[in-house]
Amino acid sequence: MAVVVRIPTPLRKLTGNQNEVREEGGTIREVLKNLESHYPGIGERLADESGELRRFINIYVNEEDIRFRDGLDTKIQPGDEVSIIPAIAGGAK
Amino acid sequence: MAFREDQISRYSRHIILREVGGRGQEKLLSSRVLVIGAGGLGSPVAMYLAAAGVGTIGLVDMDVVDVSNLQRQIMHSQKTVGIPKVLSGARTLERMNPDVKVIPIQERLTAENAMDLFSGYDVIVDGSDNFGTRYIVNDAAFFLRKTLVSGSILRFEGQVTVLEGYTDAPCYRCLYPEAPPPGLVPSCSEAGVLGVLAGTIGTLQAAEVVKKILGIGELLKGQLLLYDALSMTFRKLRVPKDPKCPLCGPHPTITTVSGSSEWVCQVPAS
Repeated sequence: MAVVVRIPTPLRKLTGNQNEVREEGGTIREVLKNLESHYPGIGERLADESGELRRFINIYVNEEDIRFRDGLDTKIQPGDEVSIIPAIAGGAK
Repeated sequence: MAFREDQISRYSRHIILREVGGRGQEKLLSSRVLVIGAGGLGSPVAMYLAAAGVGTIGLVDMDVVDVSNLQRQIMHSQKTVGIPKVLSGARTLERMNPDVKVIPIQERLTAENAMDLFSGYDVIVDGSDNFGTRYIVNDAAFFLRKTLVSGSILRFEGQVTVLEGYTDAPCYRCLYPEAPPPGLVPSCSEAGVLGVLAGTIGTLQAAEVVKKILGIGELLKGQLLLYDALSMTFRKLRVPKDPKCPLCGPHPTITTVSGSSEWVCQVPAS
């Protein structure tokens, strides 16, 4: 089952400037694994060496942050939209 | 408080709004808002607040105006290149509206001065340019129970949220538990930023400040607004209060403002 994954601008150079891609997977963990296989390098931007999601990056399924669901094991339904939202700090400079 | 004739004219489009009225305009005139960062976001925030008649506007920024700022920092101009941003900004705001008292604070916000600087204000606006400052702003606003209107921009995307961690709403640490290590996320000076994006996001922040002061509408509490200028899409995501938040959760481990705002313009890793 493929879902749409929205890619934030800082990571788009890893996806050939695509702002959304389609990936297979029944859970977020599976989607991220497939994302890394298609766009090498993106995985380490999202998760640390132990495979945990970095704490300045949030992943949403539709409008819900997976930290408050089942984390990387959060299940995905057909039609769901996955968004990667990194903290950004620009404003004054 | 009685309005002068010129004030009735100046604020007439506010006063005729039932949700604002004379009473709302009085609230604006007696309110005090502190803007962290007198740059891309701080410019539209402070200018719209000044135009709206927010009585006291504090500006915190230690930098001087550089010509590379002028592509988006509309409070400054060619004539103020080289002078402190807070003074350049104060000049613009006071020219826009003589009712407004501007307090220029040419300092770096630090863990040491944040509580003192924030204490006299009703609402805090974060338009800073680095994560260190953002956590200091969040923590000080939390301890002083001040509403924090947070905005950030990078390249073509922006984020806005309203943080009131001292209530059942989340704080910045609930949204992003940790700052990225220096180098992992580029700053605007390295990655670039579409100038007008600062206007979009800053103006949304100003709208939230005005609504908060007036007590009208629904604030972006517990919500993150995302704006993508390229696809021209706005989306709202839910931001729950984190029960494990070290600041505003039930078992806090952060009890004072700490941390550094020093690591500003780091070099990106890639």
